[in-house]
Amino acid sequence: MSTKTIAGVEVSVNEEGYMEDASQWTKEIAAEIAKEEGIELNDKHFEVIDFIRNKVAAGDTLTIRGIGKSGVVNAKEFYQLFPGAPLKKATKISGVPKPTSCI
Amino acid sequence: MKKLLILGAGTAGTMMANKMRKALSRSEWDITIVDQFKTHYYQPGFLFIPFGIYNKNDVIKPKNDFFPVGVNVIYSEISKIDPDHNKVILNDGVALKYDYLLIATGTRTAPEETDGLTGKLWYKEIFDFYTIEGAVALADYFKTWKGGKLVVNITELPYKCPVAPLEFVFFADAFFTERGMRDKVDITYVTPLPGAFTKPRATKMLGELLEQKNINIVPDFNIMEVDNDNKKIIDYGGTEVPFDCLVSVPTNLGADFIEASGLGDDMNFVKTDKFTLRQVDFENIFVIGDAANIPTSKAGSVAHFAADIVEENLMCAIEGREFTGKFDGHANCYIETGYGKGTLIDFNYDTEPLPGSFPFPGLGPFGLLKVTRTNHYGKLLFRWIYWHILLKGKEMPIESEMQMAGKKL
Repeated sequence: MSTKTIAGVEVSVNEEGYMEDASQWTKEIAAEIAKEEGIELNDKHFEVIDFIRNKVAAGDTLTIRGIGKSGVVNAKEFYQLFPGAPLKKATKISGVPKPTSCI
Repeated sequence: MKKLLILGAGTAGTMMANKMRKALSRSEWDITIVDQFKTHYYQPGFLFIPFGIYNKNDVIKPKNDFFPVGVNVIYSEISKIDPDHNKVILNDGVALKYDYLLIATGTRTAPEETDGLTGKLWYKEIFDFYTIEGAVALADYFKTWKGGKLVVNITELPYKCPVAPLEFVFFADAFFTERGMRDKVDITYVTPLPGAFTKPRATKMLGELLEQKNINIVPDFNIMEVDNDNKKIIDYGGTEVPFDCLVSVPTNLGADFIEASGLGDDMNFVKTDKFTLRQVDFENIFVIGDAANIPTSKAGSVAHFAADIVEENLMCAIEGREFTGKFDGHANCYIETGYGKGTLIDFNYDTEPLPGSFPFPGLGPFGLLKVTRTNHYGKLLFRWIYWHILLKGKEMPIESEMQMAGKKL
């Protein structure tokens, strides 16, 4: 574990840059991580981020299918908001752990 | 009489019926098992069918052959579980009461979940090999196929027997080589994972095998649709992979009645405590096998290892004791690599597949993360073990809990 200053705040992150303490998260931090990922956040992004943070806080598992069924966005829109690897990018920006894929 | 009700008579449910009939007194406990189908499929054998190694008769037997005396068997579809009133409603409206319920209804392939997958090319140039129908149709197709682009695509996680699509491409490489047409077949493995497998060492080893066998890999591919007219698969990011023959691992879902019963997650897998194997909301419901949403492989070996834990904890619950069984997520998979050889992985929730020997440290006879002839014979021998020992809930000379001895860090 190490610390990193994001948007002027010192937060603890893991080796891949995922925040280790979701309570340290702020919208400003999200915007800065997003910028590193090449994404400019808008209101729709924040609706998705809210959904993700609430799901994680409730102890639920995150899946692209689950987000696609959330009513906030469908799977295609989710990919458009967070291009490339939506679940990995969206969780990083939301300040929650990277979902593990278990097979 | 007290009642134990088991839903599903596949690998997990059948094993548990055998174990629990021995564990529970026949004068005090009624055991009933419910399943909609009368045929038991040896699912690990499906993989061998497209390549003509097994045929349909090698993988089917009547379910009735595997139930012990003293278990009631009902063949019926299940409508829903009413967990607040301890009863299960069958499709014809009949209600079955229970004191304890064991859910073992597994997972099914749901090709209809992907746009275009069951379109006009379905079972003509697009196949699955996770159903007997798909495996047999593909075997017929390969008999006269002239070659072209063979694409194997995993649609979505989780899916059962995670190594099977890798084995499929390894077998395909050997099959078309032996037929003298490998130069006419371009094999591509298209997966939503970032590599050949999930964990670092197995991914490296299996990724190298793909390369050696001249099999292309397209990682991080999340399929959006199958374009039947132009014969290509398209992912959400816009990446397109053309095919002449598409072999799909369709979305896996739990049973529909799980959703209707309010016990499941997004994919109808039952919300289950990963250590105790009890349903998270109801004290008298346990879950075993692919039906559970626990973070380990959906595979018969996992159900087999979990069976000891479920039996132990079910007995704890019945006798009013604290749970003593704690599941470690143990999985053990033989992986066919073609040309009469295979490899083996052994892992759990915390420990990734490591190299070494199994089950006896230093002796084997099986090699972990090594390609050997013995590993292949282990897999062939397993079919006999499955029918004669495993389903009947008899003891096997392998610990349920994963062992570190014999593994190299």
